[in-house]
Amino acid sequence: MRVALFLTCVNDTLYPDTGRAVVKLLTRLGVDVDFPMDQTCCGQAHYNTGYRHQAEPLARKFSDVFGGYEAIVTPSGSCGAMVRELYPRMGERARAEGRGDTLARTLAPVVPKTYELTEFLVDVLGVTDVGAYYPHKVTYHPTCHGLRGLGLGERPRRLLQAVKGLELVELPGAEECCGFGGTFAVKNPDVSAAMGRDKVRSAESTGAEVLCAADNSCLMHIGGTMARLRTGMRPVHIAEILASTEEEPLV
Amino acid sequence: MSGTFVGMPAFPKAAHEAVHNATLRGNLRHATHTIRAKREKAVLEVSDWAELREAGKRIKDHTLRHLDRYLVQLEESVTAAGGTVHWAADADEANRIVTYLVKATGETEVVKVKSMATQEIGLNEALEAEGIRAYETDLAELIVQLGKDRPSHILVPAIHRNRGEIRDIFAKEMSEWGRPAPDGLTDTPAELAEAARLHLREKFLRAKVGISGANFMVADTGTLVVVESEGNGRMCLTLPETLISVVGIEKIVPTWQDLEVFLQTLPRSSTAERMNPYTSMWTGTTDSGTADGPSTFHLVLIDNGRTDTLADEVGRQALRCIRCSACLNVCPVYERAGGHAYGSVYPGPIGAILSPQLRGTGSEIDASLPYASSLCGACYEVCPVAIDIPEVLVHLRERVAQGGQVTEKGAKVVLKPAKGHAAERAAMRAAGWAFTHPAALRTGQRLASRTRRFHPRTLPGPGMAWSASRALPTLPAEPFRDWWQRTNGGRTEQGVADGGRADGGHADGRPSPSGRDGGGRANGEWAGGGEDSGK
Ligand code: SF4
Repeated sequence: MRVALFLTCVNDTLYPDTGRAVVKLLTRLGVDVDFPMDQTCCGQAHYNTGYRHQAEPLARKFSDVFGGYEAIVTPSGSCGAMVRELYPRMGERARAEGRGDTLARTLAPVVPKTYELTEFLVDVLGVTDVGAYYPHKVTYHPTCHGLRGLGLGERPRRLLQAVKGLELVELPGAEECCGFGGTFAVKNPDVSAAMGRDKVRSAESTGAEVLCAADNSCLMHIGGTMARLRTGMRPVHIAEILASTEEEPLV
Repeated sequence: MSGTFVGMPAFPKAAHEAVHNATLRGNLRHATHTIRAKREKAVLEVSDWAELREAGKRIKDHTLRHLDRYLVQLEESVTAAGGTVHWAADADEANRIVTYLVKATGETEVVKVKSMATQEIGLNEALEAEGIRAYETDLAELIVQLGKDRPSHILVPAIHRNRGEIRDIFAKEMSEWGRPAPDGLTDTPAELAEAARLHLREKFLRAKVGISGANFMVADTGTLVVVESEGNGRMCLTLPETLISVVGIEKIVPTWQDLEVFLQTLPRSSTAERMNPYTSMWTGTTDSGTADGPSTFHLVLIDNGRTDTLADEVGRQALRCIRCSACLNVCPVYERAGGHAYGSVYPGPIGAILSPQLRGTGSEIDASLPYASSLCGACYEVCPVAIDIPEVLVHLRERVAQGGQVTEKGAKVVLKPAKGHAAERAAMRAAGWAFTHPAALRTGQRLASRTRRFHPRTLPGPGMAWSASRALPTLPAEPFRDWWQRTNGGRTEQGVADGGRADGGHADGRPSPSGRDGGGRANGEWAGGGEDSGK
């Protein structure tokens, strides 16, 4: 199977560790993963800030770069949801604006083969025990677009539960948004920060050392809040936990 | 809409105070979390909830699609049942009509059933200006009215008040409006309810005119439906001789059978009740000779921006709303910003998509409402008529940022982009260009990575909005794509030129292969020096 890693622009630029973890994990599971060098951004920030038309060339480019692969895997719930939920909508809107079917047709092929990482592991590869080792107390925050957009459900938790040494503790109010919300974080900083603080406080109440999520954008906000609040907790992307093994542990 | 809200500051500014008001935050958190949990339980009991939700959506969409036909049918049925139908294009016209109708009775006071529509048009203020006093009879509306306050929630307008505050308002203000509160009133719910009951009872028995809204209007029969849980509505709808109902044109359902769906979904969504306590239905005045009820009935149908909203393909779904307020109760932004920050009688997620459509995006507050959301989607998930609120929010952001065609008072006009978005537009264009030119993007990433030691820990200007409460992420030594190329996808892994590790740890506290944790860096400290220490 020709599998492409769609890392996302945020991870590429700020969180290469997550990308390396995905490569390590998938390779370990026998997947031959490719990173098409021409990939950039899915257009989510443009779209969600009200720049749908500017997001269209990015979506077309995405389709162009990834169209030839059998599966596209991304370690981001929100970028996965952008492709799966919003690309079809962009096509519909273009049609409604009298611009014909071209955009819808261009984007259609990539939509069903784009998978968020945990979906790909559980649904496509059919594994929940990925042979990981991570001897820490962890709590999991389901990010909104993964939870409500993609419907990831229990997949991430099942993967974490199978990790050797990992103690998974429930996060109170887990399904509440952390307050990141892309440009929301800077357009409504007071509310965003208050939501972030509440999320961090409830994570702290679990006694976990690590808050895990499947989206680095939310982790950037949560982690940044943790640092300001001087908690002892760390934010870690789920890919990095799943990539960690006894031989090569993530510290 | 009501003049009460004119000149509201933009949402972020209005929310600023609420966020830092500990009492308000406490009241809202307690109230919304309680009802949120109850709603979920009530909904989970119903095995065909998804089908009911879909049915509600379809009934509303069908009705809105043929609204012209159903409105005429409704007028005919109401008229045939002895009522009189009036049409109001906007708030002023509706207020003029109602004021005229009250004056014609010779009365100077009216009792009111809680109604969003009359609040939307600012009816109480309009009546007051003409010497007519309107008494709110819903408990929470009474609290708001006595406290000279504004409602902050659709269903529980005084949700921002706690028991102690309510006791103080009753003790101090009731005597101004009628029967005073009993001496030694405490803040126990039973005592507060009894005080309200006694205060309101004399008004019910005296009033000759009642004013209501309606949750539904059945086109087929001309029947109006009010759903409430205190019994005050039943009093207002049956005791006075004249009843005036002010209702938005989107409240129509075609037939009685359609009520079957909403009378299941509305109570469970709003108050988490299996069945609504007081459901009053009346059809004109035809049986007033033999039964209880008003002998004169007027229905004032208001448009006030609804037809314009209906013209918008994406935005029109907001008109499906049955005002259950489930979206408010589940909204993390509402919980922290409070209802008043939305600058409208429609707060929360539904307000954020309804107000900028009914009123247009011209004012500061209305242009800021589409951004008052993290797009977490909790509102869409609970909405009993499946309004995709995040979709409409993004659509309205587009309208604010880019302008475009809208319908205003029935005419197509092209809006200019709102002020204050020029820098954002330029940034989006630049990013769009870079993202379609990977080579340029890569140069930018590399430049950023190479200069990472000199990046500040806090940002000036708009960036301060981030760094005031959150540490900035530290740029890694190299972007992923450089690592991929350098190591052939990890197959020839080896150290990076500038320090042996690809990543020197993040200021947001994440771990790094070297185990260093840059978290908790003090404000104003620079990234220069020490970044690679410990290696
Ligand atoms: S938008 Fe939906 S959830 Fe919100 S008040 Fe209206 S019907 Fe209820």
